Amino acid sequence: MLKIAVIGGNDTVIGFKAVGLEACPASNAAEALQVLRDLTREGSEYAIIYIEEKLAQQISHEIDKHKDSPTPAIILIPGREGSLGLGQNALKEAVERAVGTNILGD
Amino acid sequence: MAGTAVTPTRMVLNQLKGRLKTARRGHKLLKDKRDELMRQFMDVVKENKVLRERVEEGLTGAFASLQVASAIMSPEMLEQALLYPRQSVELDMKFRNIMSVNVPQYSFTTRNNDPSEIYPYGFAQTSGELDDALDKMGRVFEDMLKLAQVEKTMQLLAEEIEKTRRRVNALEYVMIPELEQNIKYITMKLEENENSTKVRLLKVKEMVLQDAHNFK
Repeated sequence: MLKIAVIGGNDTVIGFKAVGLEACPASNAAEALQVLRDLTREGSEYAIIYIEEKLAQQISHEIDKHKDSPTPAIILIPGREGSLGLGQNALKEAVERAVGTNILGD
Repeated sequence: MAGTAVTPTRMVLNQLKGRLKTARRGHKLLKDKRDELMRQFMDVVKENKVLRERVEEGLTGAFASLQVASAIMSPEMLEQALLYPRQSVELDMKFRNIMSVNVPQYSFTTRNNDPSEIYPYGFAQTSGELDDALDKMGRVFEDMLKLAQVEKTMQLLAEEIEKTRRRVNALEYVMIPELEQNIKYITMKLEENENSTKVRLLKVKEMVLQDAHNFK
């Protein structure tokens, strides 16, 4: 059986814990990086990792490494302060990569 | 290119012709693959856009409720209330094949199916806002899972499209023109050889005849 993890600030992950996801609190980028590396180790059983935008922003190089492999899926979610629009950015990036230009027009 | 040394022989010409045929067929196939991938990709992108908006909206709402709850309750109480979750989610993953790209498909089972059972605390010492927050969280969760699936699919498809597009372009603008050029070069060279042989033969015939009959 596979598991789902959430990486984010303490305030953010506490809510997800209640609905049955694995909460991995990380207060800064260095911690988040450490946690993410642990979760994505060889033979890891985490198939989906949600990560708070604010932290993801600073460790995007590590996140990009997993972009082309089928597992794990690393998905950005907005933090407590609301959306930074980085999740939408991922969409734009993917389109640009596939088509060559941004055809969504925003 | 004509610059790169190709030996102008009939055998090489045949080989090149074979390669050109294969390249043309490969080009057509890859182009079809790219078009179909693109069509699928656009569907996924649209779905992703909708889901992304819904998840962000839902999460913002859930976080707001949680914020209110944490303002009413002390942090220790809140932590204690949520310390041992009653709900746990088990994820199952299968792969679906879209044009030879393996994309994940998730399905999940929750330990507690009754939505009223997810609250890991007694109601006496917690505020109603916390219930509200968890309720919202539980509802947005399903969309989050779908978002994960769609977003990963999108990324994998984007990678495959990029790869296919490169191949199509390499075939179209490099491989095929180069092969055509080489074939042309060899054909011309062979014709030239043939011509010179013919001329030489004519010349030899003339000389032989002159020798034999003393023609003038």
